[in-house]
Amino acid sequence: MDFLRPASWEEALAAKAEHPTAVPIAGGTDVMVEINFDHRRPEYLMDLGRIADLTEWEVGADSVRLGASVPYSRIMEHLRAELPGLALASHTVASPQIRNRGGVGGNLGTASPAGDAHPALLAAGAEVEAESVRGTRRIPIDAFYTGVKRNALEPDELIRAVHVRRAEGPQQFSKVGTRNAMVIAVCAFGLALHPGTRTVRTGIGSAAPTPIRATAAEEFLNAALEEGGFWDNGRVVTPSAAKQFADLCAAACNPIDDVRGTADYRRHAVGVMARRTLTWTWESYRGARHTTEGAA
Amino acid sequence: MAANGAPTTITQGSRTRGGVGESTLRPDGTLKVTGEFAYSSDMWHEDMLWGQILRSTVAHAEIVSIDTGEALATPGVYAVMTYDDLPTDVRTYGLEIQDTPVLAHGRVRHHGEPVAIVAADHPETARRAAAKIKVEYRELPVITDEASATAPDAVLVHENRDDHHIGHVPHPNIVHRQPILRGDADAAAARADVIVKGEYYFGMQDQAFLGPESGLAVPAEDGGVDLYIATQWLHSDLRQIAPVLGLPEDKVRMTLSGVGGAFGGREDLSMQIHACLLAIRTGKPVKIVYNRFESFFGHVHRHPARLSYEHGATRDGKLTHLRCRIVLDGGAYASASPAVVGNASSLAVGPYVVEDVDIEALALYSNNPPCGAMRGFGAVQACFAYEAQMDKVAKELGMDPVEFRRINAMEQGTLMPTGQPVDSPAPVAELLRRVKAMPMPPERQWESSEGADVRQLPGGLSNTTHGEGVVRGVGYAVGIKNVGFSEGFDDYSTAKVRMEVVGGVPVATVHTAMAEVGQGGVTVHAQIARTELGVTQVTINPADTRVGSAGSTSASRQTYVTGGAVKNACELVREKVLEIGRRKFGSYHPAWATAELLLEGGKVVTDGGEVLTDLADVLEDEAVEVEEEWRHRPTEAFDLRTGQGNGHVQYSFAAHRAVVEVDTELGLVKVVELACAQDVGKALNPLSVVGQIQGGTTQGLGIAIMEEIVVDPKTAKVRNPSFTDYLLPTILDTPTIPVDVLELADDHAPYGLRGIGEAPTLSSTPAVLAAIRNATGLTLDRTPVRPEHLTGTA
Repeated sequence: MDFLRPASWEEALAAKAEHPTAVPIAGGTDVMVEINFDHRRPEYLMDLGRIADLTEWEVGADSVRLGASVPYSRIMEHLRAELPGLALASHTVASPQIRNRGGVGGNLGTASPAGDAHPALLAAGAEVEAESVRGTRRIPIDAFYTGVKRNALEPDELIRAVHVRRAEGPQQFSKVGTRNAMVIAVCAFGLALHPGTRTVRTGIGSAAPTPIRATAAEEFLNAALEEGGFWDNGRVVTPSAAKQFADLCAAACNPIDDVRGTADYRRHAVGVMARRTLTWTWESYRGARHTTEGAA
Repeated sequence: MAANGAPTTITQGSRTRGGVGESTLRPDGTLKVTGEFAYSSDMWHEDMLWGQILRSTVAHAEIVSIDTGEALATPGVYAVMTYDDLPTDVRTYGLEIQDTPVLAHGRVRHHGEPVAIVAADHPETARRAAAKIKVEYRELPVITDEASATAPDAVLVHENRDDHHIGHVPHPNIVHRQPILRGDADAAAARADVIVKGEYYFGMQDQAFLGPESGLAVPAEDGGVDLYIATQWLHSDLRQIAPVLGLPEDKVRMTLSGVGGAFGGREDLSMQIHACLLAIRTGKPVKIVYNRFESFFGHVHRHPARLSYEHGATRDGKLTHLRCRIVLDGGAYASASPAVVGNASSLAVGPYVVEDVDIEALALYSNNPPCGAMRGFGAVQACFAYEAQMDKVAKELGMDPVEFRRINAMEQGTLMPTGQPVDSPAPVAELLRRVKAMPMPPERQWESSEGADVRQLPGGLSNTTHGEGVVRGVGYAVGIKNVGFSEGFDDYSTAKVRMEVVGGVPVATVHTAMAEVGQGGVTVHAQIARTELGVTQVTINPADTRVGSAGSTSASRQTYVTGGAVKNACELVREKVLEIGRRKFGSYHPAWATAELLLEGGKVVTDGGEVLTDLADVLEDEAVEVEEEWRHRPTEAFDLRTGQGNGHVQYSFAAHRAVVEVDTELGLVKVVELACAQDVGKALNPLSVVGQIQGGTTQGLGIAIMEEIVVDPKTAKVRNPSFTDYLLPTILDTPTIPVDVLELADDHAPYGLRGIGEAPTLSSTPAVLAAIRNATGLTLDRTPVRPEHLTGTA
């Protein structure tokens, strides 16, 4: 195994173009586990640790440009207001040690359906900034996940950053695991309200071959909220509408039975999380509620 | 209750600082917390090689061929060994039945069985070389449960058995079967006003010690080998290792190295023989360290069990009878299965008076992972079932579950179903009373002026509820565990104690082969030496095989048995010291001849407190040394047909009250509090006692709601050999554990002490289950209970 240590982003792109099989490594929280267990023997390992740009972020007017290697702990600490859903999701990632190392770029690169960042990115709306020596492109998050642990990157591309829309409304993230901390998702759910466009977006993790949005549920809820003038009158979402939204979210799942949980449970739990996160975000939108999270 | 968990009463004090009854600190504690403790996996030797084991990828198969050619040809590889390379005719080992092949011969019987071993100059080289060994398997049908084990055409897991159980088992795929028959269960059942039946399943728990199996074997010039190893019983290992190597026991010198937890999982051998074989073959030191994945295959687990229970009771709440059947799955090799059967059957009633019983417990041979010793050892599975039954019967009678238990609680003098009288305090009702009397934790602790604190809620940081669907439940349980090795086993320990003056100060040295696995034995040995010999400075020598056997660090026995041996040796040393004193100074003071003399604060004193002389003046240049074996009262085997016999030495009792909050919609559980009351006889080190109780309680919580090795019933392969999918409680899953310690002396035991390590692991699990049942109204007949069981989505 050859170990590549590019000193700059340009060098990294050149190395990736020369060695398309090179596996980028940043925090190492996924890659090192695979290597240690001999599940993976990349021909080239490319350390991105020397590229400082990757651990920086910029808050723009409409979106946050989040460097691929910004650790989850920094997101929790510094971007809670701008990216509340992602900050909540970040707090559920593994342990403090892992949160100090791992970042969203790794979640996206691995593209596991269980990655904690995915539902929050789907719900908020995001674009992945992918770059190669051929140029830069932005991949909409909805088009990024192409299969189980597969993504839309070309072999010569690297993830440089993620552009996430700044929250203009409440966001929530919920994840079920059989333990109260440091647990891989049995299933997860993200929800974001976008009052500017009068839309809601969802993200579901670990309940289908890839992270997905529950588009039918979103469309139903968008229509229901619009019809009743809810965005303006701030009324409580009716239980029947919340239930139908939850049922449609559950129906969007295509889960499997595995050692972490049954398919039936995953469908059921996604429905419960959808209903609850809708209540939390909508109550918050109405100004009737504030909730806090335990300290890190 | 003492809020800080300190014992409420101290029955015996000590007039020498740091003696028995004080919370002296463990020497390994700070080192472990700061990461400086040297574990067995940290050892290093100049020029050493790394050993690697190739394990079977299937659960049951004939080995058609093994081709080691490519592995041997790998640069950096020094040796590859298979069954054919074993040096002697002794090619199997085992704790009681020698049925476990050192390396597979012609057949593998479980997933992960060792097939070949490799030594190389780098661990990666060894691993890659092992992967190059080509093993051709012809798969056989797998035996995974009682039905497949005892089917008429069942393949025999072990053909030609000649062990001492084969004569009394109903089928060769049953390792051991123990009935316990007493009174007339049928006649008693006829008197019952209510009959309550239950079928229960207890999942396979792993010890999940954090320090994986590891050790270093160093070949010696005399043809022997020095083995540095993390284990639970050096001499038991030695007895199994030496014959395979073809060496006399004195040429296999074993030294205990840093142990990172055990819980029963180090009673059986793991890499010991493999490292020695490779070291002798290559003439170089060989180190083997399992990684976490391999560790799940490298040691036995807790027996999963199916338990069928039937209790009867009269309207006034008296139990009439028990009929029960406990089927333990021992997996591919016997390990400790026979003794686990003995415990499960003899403790199947629990700490209750039931005169008419018809009990049967047995362990299967199957192609599942081998199961053996784990904290609680057969008593855990039974406790889960009988405590569920107690709640069911109480409910059927319309009685309070604690009151119902109180009515039936055993006490000193009660006869066990084996006919053995309980001849020391058995405060079962009192322990229940105490946990019930503890203040309840406040409701809705997650609420604050700033919203919900998710850390206090089911789901924790995963942010699944802010109070929605959350229901509180409370449950009680109590259990009984035997202390020490039972059924006629010669359960002795050996201690060597030396006393001398160094730099004008009297110093004691204690040398035993006791494995310190984190239980605090070395701390207690020093305390005993201080109390008995009146010294401040005590040196604890490393545990090794240059001193006699200490027996196993198992069965809650070490403080009792090796502690007893140290106490005994100290008493003998004291007699010798006083003899020297009498010789030298007897003529100067009459008290030398007439008074009861003690050693305290470095001096010889009378029981009235008068100082006679300094120990330094007595000993001068002389050293006094004693090595002596010590035994607790003997036990008897259980009768093979009736189970009658004085099989146990001592019992240990603990009770729990669990308070849980369940998210009833998502099936997630937050254990809010697990209050425990336990009788410890005498707390030699109160802080360690509380630590043991809190640790055991947490391990019981683990199997209640998350810990389980999942084995595929079709292939008998392990599905979750990692800490990603075998979940242990984190600190956020661990509740507050108020501890109420009772000290009712057992007059048969040293200092009146009672073995304490296991009892809290018993009642914790059924208390949590009872609380979840209380919160949800669900029946819940299996453990661990997972979210799908609580939401109807299993």
